[in-house]
Amino acid sequence: MTVLLQTIDLHKSFGDTRACDGVNFTVNRGEFLSLVGSNGAGKTSLVNLISAHLQPDSGKILFEGQDITRATVSERIKAGIARSFQIVNLFDAMSVFDNVALSIFSRQSKTHHMAALANHDRPVHDETFEVLGQFGLRDKSDVFAGGLAQGERKLLDVAIAYALRPKLLFLDEPTSGVSTHEKAQIMDTVSSIVRAGTVTAVIIEHDMDVVFRYSDRIVMMHEGSFLADGTPEEIKANKNVANILLGAPLST
Amino acid sequence: MKATPSVSVRSRIPLLIAAAMALGVLALVPLVAGLYQIQLLTYGLIAAIAALGFNILLGYTGLLSFGHSAFFGIGAYTVAFLLRDLGIHSMELYILIGVPIAALASALFGYICVRHTRIFFGILTLALSQVLYSLALKLFWVTGGTDGLRVARPTLLATLLNFTGPGAFQRFLTAYYYYVLIIFAICVVMMWVILHSPFGKALQAIRDNETRAAFLGIRIRQFRWLAFLISGTFTGLAGILWAPLNGLATPDVLYWTFSGEIVFTALLGGFRNFTGPIVGGIVYTYLKTYAVATTEYWQALLGAVLVLLVIVLPTGIVGALSQIARRFGVKRVP
Repeated sequence: MTVLLQTIDLHKSFGDTRACDGVNFTVNRGEFLSLVGSNGAGKTSLVNLISAHLQPDSGKILFEGQDITRATVSERIKAGIARSFQIVNLFDAMSVFDNVALSIFSRQSKTHHMAALANHDRPVHDETFEVLGQFGLRDKSDVFAGGLAQGERKLLDVAIAYALRPKLLFLDEPTSGVSTHEKAQIMDTVSSIVRAGTVTAVIIEHDMDVVFRYSDRIVMMHEGSFLADGTPEEIKANKNVANILLGAPLST
Repeated sequence: MKATPSVSVRSRIPLLIAAAMALGVLALVPLVAGLYQIQLLTYGLIAAIAALGFNILLGYTGLLSFGHSAFFGIGAYTVAFLLRDLGIHSMELYILIGVPIAALASALFGYICVRHTRIFFGILTLALSQVLYSLALKLFWVTGGTDGLRVARPTLLATLLNFTGPGAFQRFLTAYYYYVLIIFAICVVMMWVILHSPFGKALQAIRDNETRAAFLGIRIRQFRWLAFLISGTFTGLAGILWAPLNGLATPDVLYWTFSGEIVFTALLGGFRNFTGPIVGGIVYTYLKTYAVATTEYWQALLGAVLVLLVIVLPTGIVGALSQIARRFGVKRVP
Protein backbone atom coordinates (compact mmCIF):
# COMPACT_ATOMS: atom_id res chain seq x y z
CA MET A 1 0.00 0.00 0.00
CA THR A 2 1.35 3.41 -0.93
CA VAL A 3 0.86 6.62 0.94
CA LEU A 4 -1.39 9.14 -0.79
CA LEU A 5 -1.59 11.90 1.78
CA GLN A 6 0.51 12.67 4.80
CA THR A 7 0.38 15.48 7.32
CA ILE A 8 3.44 16.17 9.44
CA ASP A 9 3.04 17.75 12.87
CA LEU A 10 0.05 19.82 11.83
CA HIS A 11 -1.01 22.55 14.28
CA LYS A 12 -4.06 24.79 14.27
CA SER A 13 -5.46 26.75 17.18
CA PHE A 14 -8.48 28.98 17.56
CA GLY A 15 -7.59 31.13 20.54
CA ASP A 16 -6.99 28.66 23.38
CA THR A 17 -8.65 25.78 21.58
CA ARG A 18 -6.26 23.43 19.88
CA ALA A 19 -8.20 22.04 16.92
CA CYS A 20 -5.15 20.21 15.59
CA ASP A 21 -2.35 19.59 18.03
CA GLY A 22 0.54 18.07 16.09
CA VAL A 23 -1.42 15.76 13.87
CA ASN A 24 0.48 13.15 11.86
CA PHE A 25 -2.18 11.77 9.58
CA THR A 26 -1.59 9.27 6.81
CA VAL A 27 -4.03 8.15 4.13
CA ASN A 28 -3.12 5.15 1.98
CA ARG A 29 -4.12 4.88 -1.64
CA GLY A 30 -7.40 3.07 -2.17
CA GLU A 31 -8.63 2.84 1.39
CA PHE A 32 -11.98 3.82 2.85
CA LEU A 33 -11.09 5.58 6.06
CA SER A 34 -13.33 6.92 8.80
CA LEU A 35 -12.45 9.84 11.00
CA VAL A 36 -14.37 9.61 14.27
CA GLY A 37 -14.46 11.44 17.58
CA SER A 38 -16.79 13.56 19.65
CA ASN A 39 -17.89 17.05 18.61
CA GLY A 40 -14.98 19.48 18.77
CA ALA A 41 -12.37 16.73 18.47
CA GLY A 42 -10.86 18.49 15.43
CA LYS A 43 -12.08 16.25 12.61
CA THR A 44 -13.59 18.97 10.45
CA SER A 45 -10.65 21.27 11.19
CA LEU A 46 -8.28 18.62 9.92
CA VAL A 47 -10.29 18.24 6.71
CA ASN A 48 -10.45 22.02 6.39
CA LEU A 49 -6.67 22.23 6.67
CA ILE A 50 -6.11 19.53 4.07
CA SER A 51 -8.62 21.04 1.63
CA ALA A 52 -7.22 24.60 2.11
CA HIS A 53 -10.40 25.89 3.71
CA LEU A 54 -8.09 26.81 6.62
CA GLN A 55 -4.36 27.58 6.82
CA PRO A 56 -2.30 25.66 9.41
CA ASP A 57 -0.30 27.47 12.11
CA SER A 58 2.56 25.09 11.50
CA GLY A 59 3.29 21.70 10.00
CA LYS A 60 3.29 20.25 6.52
CA ILE A 61 0.85 18.55 4.19
CA LEU A 62 2.21 16.19 1.54
CA PHE A 63 0.03 14.85 -1.28
CA GLU A 64 1.61 12.20 -3.52
CA GLY A 65 4.93 13.30 -2.05
CA GLN A 66 4.45 16.96 -3.06
CA ASP A 67 4.33 19.67 -0.42
CA ILE A 68 0.91 21.32 -0.79
CA THR A 69 0.87 23.20 2.52
CA ARG A 70 0.76 26.56 0.76
CA ALA A 71 -1.21 25.48 -2.32
CA THR A 72 -4.51 27.28 -3.00
CA VAL A 73 -7.91 25.61 -3.06
CA SER A 74 -7.95 25.39 -6.85
CA GLU A 75 -4.39 24.00 -6.96
CA ARG A 76 -5.34 21.27 -4.49
CA ILE A 77 -8.44 20.41 -6.53
CA LYS A 78 -6.27 20.16 -9.64
CA ALA A 79 -3.91 17.90 -7.70
CA GLY A 80 -6.87 15.63 -6.89
CA ILE A 81 -8.34 16.55 -3.51
CA ALA A 82 -12.09 17.16 -3.33
CA ARG A 83 -14.57 17.40 -0.50
CA SER A 84 -18.22 17.56 0.40
CA PHE A 85 -19.65 19.55 3.27
CA GLN A 86 -21.27 18.75 6.59
CA ILE A 87 -23.98 21.34 6.03
CA VAL A 88 -25.16 20.66 2.51
CA ASN A 89 -23.58 23.12 0.12
CA LEU A 90 -25.37 23.16 -3.21
CA PHE A 91 -26.23 25.67 -5.92
CA ASP A 92 -29.89 25.86 -4.98
CA ALA A 93 -31.15 28.05 -7.81
CA MET A 94 -29.53 25.84 -10.45
CA SER A 95 -30.78 22.53 -11.79
CA VAL A 96 -29.43 19.24 -10.43
CA PHE A 97 -27.93 18.71 -13.88
CA ASP A 98 -26.07 22.04 -13.77
CA ASN A 99 -24.79 21.36 -10.26
CA VAL A 100 -22.93 18.28 -11.46
CA ALA A 101 -22.10 19.55 -14.97
CA LEU A 102 -20.27 22.49 -13.46
CA SER A 103 -17.87 20.15 -11.65
CA ILE A 104 -17.06 18.47 -14.94
CA PHE A 105 -16.59 21.80 -16.75
CA SER A 106 -14.30 22.90 -13.97
CA ARG A 107 -12.26 19.68 -14.08
CA GLN A 108 -11.85 20.06 -17.84
CA SER A 109 -10.83 23.75 -17.41
CA LYS A 110 -13.83 24.84 -19.47
CA THR A 111 -15.38 27.28 -17.01
CA HIS A 112 -13.78 30.16 -18.91
CA HIS A 113 -15.63 29.28 -22.10
CA MET A 114 -18.12 32.07 -22.83
CA ALA A 115 -18.99 31.48 -26.46
CA ALA A 116 -20.35 27.94 -26.25
CA LEU A 117 -23.65 26.80 -24.79
CA ALA A 118 -23.13 24.63 -21.74
CA ASN A 119 -25.98 22.28 -22.58
CA HIS A 120 -24.58 21.56 -26.03
CA ASP A 121 -21.38 19.98 -24.77
CA ARG A 122 -22.16 16.35 -25.55
CA PRO A 123 -19.33 14.66 -23.58
CA VAL A 124 -20.06 16.74 -20.48
CA HIS A 125 -23.78 16.11 -20.90
CA ASP A 126 -23.26 12.35 -21.10
CA GLU A 127 -20.85 12.23 -18.18
CA THR A 128 -23.23 14.32 -16.07
CA PHE A 129 -26.03 11.83 -16.70
CA GLU A 130 -23.68 8.97 -15.95
CA VAL A 131 -22.79 10.47 -12.56
CA LEU A 132 -26.43 11.35 -11.82
CA GLY A 133 -27.35 7.77 -12.68
CA GLN A 134 -24.75 6.38 -10.27
CA PHE A 135 -26.19 8.50 -7.49
CA GLY A 136 -29.79 7.71 -8.38
CA LEU A 137 -30.53 11.33 -9.31
CA ARG A 138 -31.06 10.92 -13.05
CA ASP A 139 -34.82 11.50 -12.83
CA LYS A 140 -34.23 14.72 -10.92
CA SER A 141 -31.87 16.31 -13.42
CA ASP A 142 -34.31 19.12 -14.32
CA VAL A 143 -35.28 19.94 -10.74
CA PHE A 144 -33.74 22.91 -8.95
CA ALA A 145 -31.31 21.65 -6.32
CA GLY A 146 -33.20 23.70 -3.73
CA GLY A 147 -36.25 21.53 -4.32
CA LEU A 148 -34.66 18.19 -3.44
CA ALA A 149 -35.40 16.13 -0.31
CA GLN A 150 -32.70 16.03 2.37
CA GLY A 151 -31.40 12.56 1.45
CA GLU A 152 -31.13 13.56 -2.22
CA ARG A 153 -29.39 16.77 -1.27
CA LYS A 154 -26.79 14.77 0.64
CA LEU A 155 -26.23 12.53 -2.37
CA LEU A 156 -25.98 15.49 -4.75
CA ASP A 157 -23.43 17.10 -2.44
CA VAL A 158 -21.26 13.99 -2.73
CA ALA A 159 -21.93 13.71 -6.49
CA ILE A 160 -20.64 17.26 -7.06
CA ALA A 161 -17.37 16.42 -5.33
CA TYR A 162 -17.14 13.01 -7.00
CA ALA A 163 -17.62 14.50 -10.48
CA LEU A 164 -14.30 16.31 -10.01
CA ARG A 165 -12.81 12.78 -10.27
CA PRO A 166 -10.54 13.28 -7.28
CA LYS A 167 -7.90 10.87 -6.11
CA LEU A 168 -8.81 11.70 -2.53
CA LEU A 169 -12.37 12.49 -1.51
CA PHE A 170 -13.33 13.90 1.88
CA LEU A 171 -16.93 13.43 2.95
CA ASP A 172 -17.91 15.45 6.00
CA GLU A 173 -20.84 13.63 7.62
CA PRO A 174 -22.52 12.45 4.43
CA THR A 175 -25.42 10.96 6.39
CA SER A 176 -26.13 13.61 9.02
CA GLY A 177 -29.71 14.77 9.26
CA VAL A 178 -31.33 11.87 7.39
CA SER A 179 -33.37 8.89 8.57
CA THR A 180 -31.69 5.59 9.52
CA HIS A 181 -33.14 3.97 6.43
CA GLU A 182 -31.76 6.68 4.15
CA LYS A 183 -28.42 6.51 5.94
CA ALA A 184 -27.84 2.95 4.78
CA GLN A 185 -28.97 3.85 1.29
CA ILE A 186 -26.60 6.80 1.06
CA MET A 187 -23.68 4.82 2.47
CA ASP A 188 -24.31 1.86 0.14
CA THR A 189 -24.39 4.19 -2.84
CA VAL A 190 -21.35 6.21 -1.80
CA SER A 191 -19.18 3.26 -0.78
CA SER A 192 -19.93 1.25 -3.93
CA ILE A 193 -19.17 4.23 -6.19
CA VAL A 194 -16.01 5.08 -4.33
CA ARG A 195 -14.76 1.48 -4.41
CA ALA A 196 -15.69 0.97 -8.06
CA GLY A 197 -14.03 4.26 -9.03
CA THR A 198 -10.88 3.42 -7.03
CA VAL A 199 -11.19 6.70 -5.20
CA THR A 200 -9.60 7.01 -1.81
CA ALA A 201 -12.21 8.23 0.63
CA VAL A 202 -12.04 9.76 4.10
CA ILE A 203 -15.37 10.20 5.81
CA ILE A 204 -16.24 11.98 9.02
CA GLU A 205 -19.03 10.09 10.70
CA HIS A 206 -20.69 9.90 14.10
CA ASP A 207 -22.77 6.78 13.61
CA MET A 208 -20.45 3.95 14.77
CA ASP A 209 -22.61 1.28 13.10
CA VAL A 210 -21.96 2.98 9.78
CA VAL A 211 -18.28 3.40 10.59
CA PHE A 212 -17.68 -0.23 11.55
CA ARG A 213 -19.63 -1.53 8.60
CA TYR A 214 -18.02 0.44 5.77
CA SER A 215 -14.47 1.37 6.84
CA ASP A 216 -11.16 -0.31 6.06
CA ARG A 217 -9.52 1.75 8.76
CA ILE A 218 -10.72 4.00 11.54
CA VAL A 219 -8.88 6.93 13.07
CA MET A 220 -10.18 8.42 16.27
CA MET A 221 -9.50 12.02 17.25
CA HIS A 222 -9.81 13.56 20.66
CA GLU A 223 -9.01 17.17 21.58
CA GLY A 224 -6.95 17.84 18.50
CA SER A 225 -4.84 14.69 18.40
CA PHE A 226 -5.12 11.05 17.44
CA LEU A 227 -6.26 8.64 20.09
CA ALA A 228 -6.54 5.44 18.11
CA ASP A 229 -5.85 4.16 14.62
CA GLY A 230 -6.68 0.70 13.33
CA THR A 231 -9.02 -1.70 11.60
CA PRO A 232 -12.65 -1.85 12.75
CA GLU A 233 -11.80 -4.93 14.86
CA GLU A 234 -8.86 -3.23 16.55
CA ILE A 235 -10.93 -0.14 17.26
CA LYS A 236 -13.78 -2.20 18.71
CA ALA A 237 -11.29 -3.81 21.10
CA ASN A 238 -9.71 -0.49 22.12
CA LYS A 239 -10.75 0.44 25.64
CA ASN A 240 -10.07 4.18 25.28
CA VAL A 241 -12.30 4.36 22.27
CA ALA A 242 -15.11 2.68 24.13
CA ASN A 243 -14.66 5.07 27.03
CA ILE A 244 -14.77 8.13 24.79
CA LEU A 245 -17.83 6.85 23.03
CA LEU A 246 -19.51 6.24 26.36
CA GLY A 247 -18.29 9.55 27.73
CA ALA A 248 -16.15 7.92 30.47
CA PRO A 249 -12.72 9.30 31.49
CA LEU A 250 -9.61 8.03 29.72
CA SER A 251 -7.62 5.26 31.38
CA THR A 252 -3.95 6.12 31.36
CA MET B 1 -26.47 1.65 -20.41
CA LYS B 2 -29.75 3.46 -20.75
CA ALA B 3 -30.00 6.04 -23.51
CA THR B 4 -29.40 9.52 -22.13
CA PRO B 5 -32.03 12.13 -22.87
CA SER B 6 -31.05 14.11 -25.93
CA VAL B 7 -29.28 17.42 -25.57
CA SER B 8 -32.09 19.88 -25.07
CA VAL B 9 -32.29 21.52 -28.48
CA ARG B 10 -35.97 20.85 -29.00
CA SER B 11 -36.99 22.92 -25.99
CA ARG B 12 -35.15 25.91 -27.47
CA ILE B 13 -37.24 26.07 -30.62
CA PRO B 14 -40.26 27.86 -29.07
CA LEU B 15 -37.79 30.29 -27.54
CA LEU B 16 -36.22 31.06 -30.92
CA ILE B 17 -39.65 31.55 -32.47
CA ALA B 18 -40.67 33.91 -29.67
CA ALA B 19 -37.44 35.90 -30.06
CA ALA B 20 -37.85 36.13 -33.84
CA MET B 21 -41.45 37.28 -33.40
CA ALA B 22 -40.47 39.92 -30.86
CA LEU B 23 -37.79 41.19 -33.22
CA GLY B 24 -40.30 41.19 -36.09
CA VAL B 25 -42.80 43.23 -34.09
CA LEU B 26 -40.09 45.71 -33.09
CA ALA B 27 -39.00 46.00 -36.74
CA LEU B 28 -42.57 46.86 -37.80
CA VAL B 29 -43.06 49.60 -35.22
CA PRO B 30 -41.84 52.51 -37.43
CA LEU B 31 -44.48 51.60 -40.04
CA VAL B 32 -47.30 52.32 -37.63
CA ALA B 33 -45.91 54.59 -34.94
CA GLY B 34 -45.14 58.30 -35.03
CA LEU B 35 -41.65 59.75 -34.77
CA TYR B 36 -42.02 60.52 -31.10
CA GLN B 37 -42.87 56.90 -30.34
CA ILE B 38 -39.93 55.70 -32.44
CA GLN B 39 -37.61 57.99 -30.53
CA LEU B 40 -38.98 56.79 -27.20
CA LEU B 41 -38.61 53.17 -28.15
CA THR B 42 -35.01 53.81 -29.23
CA TYR B 43 -34.34 55.22 -25.77
CA GLY B 44 -36.05 52.12 -24.37
CA LEU B 45 -33.84 49.72 -26.34
CA ILE B 46 -30.74 51.61 -25.20
CA ALA B 47 -31.90 51.40 -21.58
CA ALA B 48 -32.48 47.68 -22.15
CA ILE B 49 -28.87 47.20 -23.31
CA ALA B 50 -27.61 49.08 -20.23
CA ALA B 51 -29.80 46.98 -17.93
CA LEU B 52 -28.82 43.75 -19.67
CA GLY B 53 -25.20 44.57 -18.89
CA PHE B 54 -26.02 45.57 -15.33
CA ASN B 55 -27.90 42.35 -14.71
CA ILE B 56 -25.04 39.95 -15.43
CA LEU B 57 -23.75 41.31 -12.12
CA LEU B 58 -26.94 41.56 -10.06
CA GLY B 59 -28.99 38.68 -11.44
CA TYR B 60 -26.26 36.21 -12.32
CA THR B 61 -23.26 36.98 -10.12
CA GLY B 62 -25.11 38.34 -7.09
CA LEU B 63 -23.34 41.71 -6.99
CA LEU B 64 -25.36 44.94 -6.73
CA SER B 65 -23.53 47.75 -8.49
CA PHE B 66 -24.58 51.24 -7.58
CA GLY B 67 -22.19 52.86 -9.98
CA HIS B 68 -23.11 51.78 -13.47
CA SER B 69 -23.70 55.40 -14.43
CA ALA B 70 -19.88 55.53 -14.71
CA PHE B 71 -19.78 53.23 -17.73
CA PHE B 72 -22.84 54.73 -19.38
CA GLY B 73 -21.31 58.18 -18.90
CA ILE B 74 -17.90 57.10 -20.18
CA GLY B 75 -19.60 55.81 -23.32
CA ALA B 76 -21.53 59.04 -23.83
CA TYR B 77 -18.56 61.36 -23.16
CA THR B 78 -16.27 59.29 -25.37
CA VAL B 79 -18.60 60.04 -28.29
CA ALA B 80 -18.62 63.74 -27.42
CA PHE B 81 -14.81 63.89 -27.17
CA LEU B 82 -14.29 61.95 -30.39
CA LEU B 83 -16.52 64.44 -32.17
CA ARG B 84 -15.13 67.62 -30.63
CA ASP B 85 -11.44 66.78 -30.43
CA LEU B 86 -10.92 64.42 -33.36
CA GLY B 87 -13.78 65.51 -35.62
CA ILE B 88 -15.06 61.96 -35.95
CA HIS B 89 -18.63 61.71 -37.23
CA SER B 90 -18.91 58.00 -37.88
CA MET B 91 -21.12 55.99 -35.54
CA GLU B 92 -19.11 52.85 -36.28
CA LEU B 93 -15.91 54.56 -35.16
CA TYR B 94 -17.65 55.76 -32.00
CA ILE B 95 -18.48 52.15 -31.23
CA LEU B 96 -15.12 50.70 -32.27
CA ILE B 97 -13.20 53.21 -30.15
CA GLY B 98 -15.75 53.67 -27.37
CA VAL B 99 -16.33 50.01 -26.52
CA PRO B 100 -12.65 49.25 -25.76
CA ILE B 101 -12.50 52.42 -23.63
CA ALA B 102 -15.57 51.33 -21.67
CA ALA B 103 -14.05 47.86 -21.33
CA LEU B 104 -10.80 49.32 -20.03
CA ALA B 105 -12.61 51.49 -17.49
CA SER B 106 -14.70 48.48 -16.40
CA ALA B 107 -11.60 46.35 -16.02
CA LEU B 108 -9.99 49.00 -13.83
CA PHE B 109 -13.06 49.73 -11.69
CA GLY B 110 -13.83 46.03 -11.47
CA TYR B 111 -10.32 45.23 -10.31
CA ILE B 112 -10.86 47.53 -7.33
CA CYS B 113 -14.50 46.64 -6.59
CA VAL B 114 -14.52 42.83 -6.75
CA ARG B 115 -12.16 42.65 -3.80
CA HIS B 116 -15.33 43.11 -1.78
CA THR B 117 -18.89 41.87 -1.93
CA ARG B 118 -22.34 42.93 -0.74
CA ILE B 119 -22.66 46.45 0.70
CA PHE B 120 -18.91 47.11 0.45
CA PHE B 121 -18.96 46.30 -3.24
CA GLY B 122 -21.97 48.56 -3.77
CA ILE B 123 -20.37 51.45 -1.89
CA LEU B 124 -17.13 51.14 -3.85
CA THR B 125 -18.94 51.23 -7.20
CA LEU B 126 -20.92 54.24 -5.97
CA ALA B 127 -17.79 56.06 -4.79
CA LEU B 128 -15.86 55.47 -8.01
CA SER B 129 -18.75 56.63 -10.18
CA GLN B 130 -19.10 59.77 -8.05
CA VAL B 131 -15.41 60.50 -8.61
CA LEU B 132 -16.09 60.55 -12.36
CA TYR B 133 -19.12 62.75 -11.83
CA SER B 134 -17.11 65.28 -9.84
CA LEU B 135 -14.40 65.29 -12.49
CA ALA B 136 -16.99 65.94 -15.20
CA LEU B 137 -18.29 68.89 -13.17
CA LYS B 138 -14.98 70.39 -12.09
CA LEU B 139 -12.98 70.00 -15.29
CA PHE B 140 -15.47 72.15 -17.15
CA TRP B 141 -12.92 73.35 -19.71
CA VAL B 142 -12.68 69.72 -20.87
CA THR B 143 -16.18 68.45 -20.22
CA GLY B 144 -18.31 71.56 -20.50
CA GLY B 145 -19.32 71.24 -16.84
CA THR B 146 -23.05 71.16 -16.17
CA ASP B 147 -23.79 72.29 -19.74
CA GLY B 148 -22.29 69.08 -21.08
CA LEU B 149 -21.06 68.60 -24.61
CA ARG B 150 -23.04 68.76 -27.81
CA VAL B 151 -23.20 65.59 -29.94
CA ALA B 152 -24.16 66.09 -33.57
CA ARG B 153 -26.01 63.52 -35.65
CA PRO B 154 -23.42 60.97 -36.77
CA THR B 155 -23.18 59.22 -40.11
CA LEU B 156 -24.30 55.60 -40.10
CA LEU B 157 -22.78 52.61 -41.94
CA ALA B 158 -19.49 54.33 -42.81
CA THR B 159 -20.87 57.34 -44.75
CA LEU B 160 -23.63 55.46 -46.52
CA LEU B 161 -26.25 57.24 -44.46
CA ASN B 162 -25.73 60.86 -43.51
CA PHE B 163 -28.31 63.24 -42.28
CA THR B 164 -28.27 66.79 -43.62
CA GLY B 165 -30.76 68.85 -45.49
CA PRO B 166 -34.52 68.97 -45.13
CA GLY B 167 -36.17 66.18 -43.17
CA ALA B 168 -32.79 65.06 -41.82
CA PHE B 169 -34.01 64.75 -38.25
CA GLN B 170 -36.93 62.53 -39.22
CA ARG B 171 -34.79 60.32 -41.45
CA PHE B 172 -32.16 60.05 -38.74
CA LEU B 173 -34.65 58.94 -36.09
CA THR B 174 -36.03 56.15 -38.23
CA ALA B 175 -32.64 54.97 -39.47
CA TYR B 176 -31.18 55.19 -35.97
CA TYR B 177 -34.03 53.15 -34.58
CA TYR B 178 -33.13 50.26 -36.87
CA TYR B 179 -29.44 50.76 -36.15
CA VAL B 180 -30.02 50.49 -32.41
CA LEU B 181 -32.45 47.61 -32.88
CA ILE B 182 -29.82 45.53 -34.71
CA ILE B 183 -27.17 46.26 -32.08
CA PHE B 184 -29.72 45.47 -29.39
CA ALA B 185 -30.47 42.11 -31.02
CA ILE B 186 -26.74 41.31 -31.23
CA CYS B 187 -26.30 42.27 -27.57
CA VAL B 188 -29.22 40.06 -26.51
CA VAL B 189 -27.83 37.06 -28.38
CA MET B 190 -24.32 37.65 -27.03
CA MET B 191 -25.53 38.01 -23.46
CA TRP B 192 -27.77 34.97 -23.79
CA VAL B 193 -24.86 32.85 -24.98
CA ILE B 194 -22.55 34.17 -22.26
CA LEU B 195 -25.09 33.41 -19.53
CA HIS B 196 -25.77 29.91 -20.87
CA SER B 197 -22.10 29.07 -21.37
CA PRO B 198 -20.02 27.18 -18.80
CA PHE B 199 -18.76 30.62 -17.73
CA GLY B 200 -22.33 31.81 -17.13
CA LYS B 201 -23.08 28.70 -15.09
CA ALA B 202 -19.97 29.34 -13.02
CA LEU B 203 -21.19 32.89 -12.29
CA GLN B 204 -24.55 31.54 -11.11
CA ALA B 205 -22.74 29.03 -8.93
CA ILE B 206 -20.76 31.88 -7.34
CA ARG B 207 -24.03 33.77 -6.80
CA ASP B 208 -25.71 30.77 -5.14
CA ASN B 209 -22.84 29.48 -3.05
CA GLU B 210 -19.46 31.12 -3.11
CA THR B 211 -17.77 28.59 -0.82
CA ARG B 212 -18.84 25.57 -2.81
CA ALA B 213 -17.96 27.25 -6.10
CA ALA B 214 -14.44 27.76 -4.75
CA PHE B 215 -14.32 24.05 -3.91
CA LEU B 216 -15.05 23.21 -7.52
CA GLY B 217 -11.84 25.00 -8.40
CA ILE B 218 -13.54 28.15 -9.67
CA ARG B 219 -11.46 31.25 -8.99
CA ILE B 220 -14.14 33.45 -7.51
CA ARG B 221 -12.50 36.85 -7.70
CA GLN B 222 -11.31 36.40 -11.26
CA PHE B 223 -14.78 35.36 -12.40
CA ARG B 224 -16.40 38.29 -10.63
CA TRP B 225 -13.92 40.58 -12.31
CA LEU B 226 -14.72 39.13 -15.75
CA ALA B 227 -18.45 39.53 -15.07
CA PHE B 228 -17.82 43.14 -14.06
CA LEU B 229 -15.82 43.74 -17.22
CA ILE B 230 -18.60 42.36 -19.46
CA SER B 231 -21.22 44.22 -17.48
CA GLY B 232 -19.54 47.63 -17.71
CA THR B 233 -18.78 47.17 -21.39
CA PHE B 234 -22.42 46.51 -22.30
CA THR B 235 -23.56 49.50 -20.27
CA GLY B 236 -20.81 51.59 -21.88
CA LEU B 237 -22.09 50.61 -25.32
CA ALA B 238 -25.54 51.79 -24.26
CA GLY B 239 -24.00 55.16 -23.36
CA ILE B 240 -22.33 55.37 -26.78
CA LEU B 241 -25.67 54.75 -28.51
CA TRP B 242 -27.46 57.18 -26.24
CA ALA B 243 -25.28 60.26 -26.87
CA PRO B 244 -26.19 60.90 -30.55
CA LEU B 245 -29.88 60.32 -29.84
CA ASN B 246 -29.85 62.71 -26.93
CA GLY B 247 -27.69 65.21 -28.83
CA LEU B 248 -25.86 66.09 -25.66
CA ALA B 249 -23.58 64.33 -23.14
CA THR B 250 -24.37 65.76 -19.72
CA PRO B 251 -23.07 64.99 -16.24
CA ASP B 252 -26.45 63.69 -15.05
CA VAL B 253 -25.71 60.36 -16.74
CA LEU B 254 -22.67 60.10 -14.45
CA TYR B 255 -24.59 61.02 -11.32
CA TRP B 256 -25.51 58.36 -8.80
CA THR B 257 -29.25 58.78 -9.33
CA PHE B 258 -28.73 57.53 -12.86
CA SER B 259 -27.11 54.38 -11.41
CA GLY B 260 -30.24 54.14 -9.31
CA GLU B 261 -32.37 54.27 -12.44
CA ILE B 262 -30.44 51.32 -13.88
CA VAL B 263 -31.07 49.37 -10.66
CA PHE B 264 -34.75 50.37 -10.84
CA THR B 265 -34.92 49.15 -14.44
CA ALA B 266 -33.65 45.70 -13.52
CA LEU B 267 -36.00 45.47 -10.52
CA LEU B 268 -38.95 46.60 -12.61
CA GLY B 269 -38.46 43.93 -15.25
CA GLY B 270 -37.20 41.29 -12.83
CA PHE B 271 -33.52 40.56 -12.31
CA ARG B 272 -33.99 36.81 -11.91
CA ASN B 273 -35.09 36.40 -15.52
CA PHE B 274 -32.99 36.90 -18.61
CA THR B 275 -35.66 39.03 -20.32
CA GLY B 276 -36.44 41.01 -17.15
CA PRO B 277 -33.96 43.86 -17.71
CA ILE B 278 -34.99 44.13 -21.37
CA VAL B 279 -38.65 44.54 -20.49
CA GLY B 280 -37.64 46.77 -17.58
CA GLY B 281 -35.56 49.05 -19.81
CA ILE B 282 -38.39 49.65 -22.24
CA VAL B 283 -41.15 49.96 -19.64
CA TYR B 284 -39.07 52.27 -17.45
CA THR B 285 -38.39 54.62 -20.37
CA TYR B 286 -42.12 55.00 -21.00
CA LEU B 287 -42.91 55.20 -17.30
CA LYS B 288 -40.43 58.00 -16.73
CA THR B 289 -41.43 59.93 -19.84
CA TYR B 290 -45.10 59.89 -18.91
CA ALA B 291 -44.38 60.61 -15.25
CA VAL B 292 -42.37 63.67 -16.26
CA ALA B 293 -45.15 64.79 -18.62
CA THR B 294 -47.86 64.28 -16.01
CA THR B 295 -46.45 65.89 -12.92
CA GLU B 296 -43.74 68.17 -11.73
CA TYR B 297 -43.23 65.69 -8.89
CA TRP B 298 -42.37 62.84 -11.20
CA GLN B 299 -39.62 61.57 -8.89
CA ALA B 300 -42.19 61.11 -6.13
CA LEU B 301 -44.41 59.24 -8.57
CA LEU B 302 -41.55 56.92 -9.61
CA GLY B 303 -40.66 56.46 -5.95
CA ALA B 304 -44.19 55.34 -5.22
CA VAL B 305 -44.01 52.91 -8.15
CA LEU B 306 -40.75 51.53 -6.79
CA VAL B 307 -42.25 50.96 -3.32
CA LEU B 308 -45.30 49.27 -4.85
CA LEU B 309 -43.07 47.18 -7.06
CA VAL B 310 -40.99 45.83 -4.20
CA ILE B 311 -44.11 45.02 -2.16
CA VAL B 312 -46.44 43.70 -4.87
CA LEU B 313 -44.11 42.43 -7.61
CA PRO B 314 -40.81 41.52 -5.91
CA THR B 315 -39.84 39.40 -8.92
CA GLY B 316 -40.61 42.19 -11.38
CA ILE B 317 -42.85 42.17 -14.43
CA VAL B 318 -41.27 39.14 -16.09
CA GLY B 319 -41.05 37.29 -12.77
CA ALA B 320 -44.77 37.83 -12.19
CA LEU B 321 -45.63 36.84 -15.76
CA SER B 322 -43.61 33.66 -15.46
CA GLN B 323 -45.43 32.76 -12.25
CA ILE B 324 -48.73 33.16 -14.09
CA ALA B 325 -47.41 31.17 -17.06
CA ARG B 326 -46.31 28.37 -14.74
CA ARG B 327 -49.86 28.14 -13.46
CA PHE B 328 -50.92 27.43 -17.03
CA GLY B 329 -48.37 24.68 -17.37
CA VAL B 330 -45.49 26.50 -19.07
CA LYS B 331 -42.34 25.10 -17.51
CA ARG B 332 -39.81 27.87 -17.69
CA VAL B 333 -39.87 31.44 -18.86
CA PRO B 334 -36.55 32.93 -19.96
